[in-house]
Amino acid sequence: MELGTIDDDELDILLNDLLEVYGYDFTDYSRASLKRRVNRLLQIDKFPSFAEFRYKVRASPEYLKRFVEEITVNVTEMFRDPFFYKVLRLEILPVLSTYPLIRIWHAGCSTGEEVYSMAIMLQEANLLQKSLLYATDLNPDVIKKAMAGIFPLSQMKQYSENYILSGGIRDFSSYYSAKYNHVKFNEDLRAKVIFATHNLVSDRSFNEFQLILCRNVLIYFDHNLQQKVFTLFDQSLEPLGFLALGNKETLRFSSLSSKYNQVGKEKIWRKVA
Amino acid sequence: MEKSSIRHHCSLLIIGGSAGSLDVILMLLPSLRPGLSFPIIIVLHRKNSFDSTLTDLLASKTTLPVKEAEEKDILTPGIIYVAPADYHLLVEKDGTLSLDYSEKVNYSRPSIDVTFETAAEAFGPELVCLLLSGASADGTEGLKVVKKHDGIVIVQNPVTAKVAYMPQHAIADVVVDRIIDASEIDELVNTL
Ligand SMILES: C[S@@+](CC[C@H](N)C(=O)[O-])C[C@H]1O[C@@H](n2cnc3c(N)ncnc32)[C@H](O)[C@@H]1O
Repeated sequence: MELGTIDDDELDILLNDLLEVYGYDFTDYSRASLKRRVNRLLQIDKFPSFAEFRYKVRASPEYLKRFVEEITVNVTEMFRDPFFYKVLRLEILPVLSTYPLIRIWHAGCSTGEEVYSMAIMLQEANLLQKSLLYATDLNPDVIKKAMAGIFPLSQMKQYSENYILSGGIRDFSSYYSAKYNHVKFNEDLRAKVIFATHNLVSDRSFNEFQLILCRNVLIYFDHNLQQKVFTLFDQSLEPLGFLALGNKETLRFSSLSSKYNQVGKEKIWRKVA
Repeated sequence: MEKSSIRHHCSLLIIGGSAGSLDVILMLLPSLRPGLSFPIIIVLHRKNSFDSTLTDLLASKTTLPVKEAEEKDILTPGIIYVAPADYHLLVEKDGTLSLDYSEKVNYSRPSIDVTFETAAEAFGPELVCLLLSGASADGTEGLKVVKKHDGIVIVQNPVTAKVAYMPQHAIADVVVDRIIDASEIDELVNTL
């Protein structure tokens, strides 16, 4: 190993270890990004050799937590891509409002900003009471943060701008209370949210939904794994249900695409009946 | 510095630029010969993360197909791929593209370093990278990796750059194969 970087063979060894020792399967993730993140971690934590890095990952469940946290990309925002949220607000929520109980799944929700954004829109549409949101991620640490609903105050200016662009007309600051340099989102926003860990690679379908959001997760998966996850979503979606992906993700090349119609120009697909 | 064309088999050209580089690219595009035997990736820093008009602007200047890079795109000769705003663009060893929304690198997303580095691993000596004008340090680390994998490194002459910092930074730190004036870029690319 050259200082601070691992090669493809070493990466394979490491991925095998993770699967064997912890049951985490990263083998079908996009390689270039995965390798970059592993090398980044190696440098930050200053491991002198691959052997030592490997030993630490295998031997220390504590370190594994850090590994997963750093290898997966957790970057997220409230009302990220405001125009996507606008379409949800104006076109999808009115359809969902006709159901007696609305079930939504946020798969790969990271620290929950996406979930709180959705809860805000549901509340504004008077739908939150009859909704149930499942917020899942493979990483237990981000789920904990999502449950707490505490985010940096410094982000609120940006989020409030996003919120307005998404069609929000209230005072965004009414949704949280600020304390020092953090804000805590109102308890009622998460009253209808169930937070849980769920691994899209290895866990199964656990319910049927009218809307599944899985945004900016599939870009990290290779083509085969994407197909597998699309099948999982298909099994978890009611007829006429919606699947929402990230701005750069598509169902177009999937074998399932013939069963779905894209909603306008957004990355939202509706399952045919 | 060697003045003749670069004798090298090119399977991928990546152009990285920041402040002051758009004009250079707009000047280059109309003179690209049709049917280039390699794909081109353009990684440009931009101010507005919502801006998707860049691809249209670039497409209007050339007869070569220009598209915003999508994940899993298969790099195809003669096509120009533009890194989308707000994502890193990575090159996989199987010649496909991946996108990544991780932390900014050098305050930038897309980061030129990320694309240079991953492409260096994927294409080795068949990669040619060109770094243009800019006020950022982005690109330099990536060019080092390109050199390590025996790729070709070309940097715009800081004297002809609107903002000299980025090419200067690279020249100070990397053994570049060639320093080139803005006006010579088209000839170089057409003879790669
Ligand atoms: C970039 S974040 C996306 C957050 C949010 N959906 C958004 O678009 O802003 C990607 C998330 O996917 C999660 N993830 C990665 N692999 C996963 C898997 N196999 N199963 C479930 N979640 C996964 C990561 O832990 C991370 O929190």
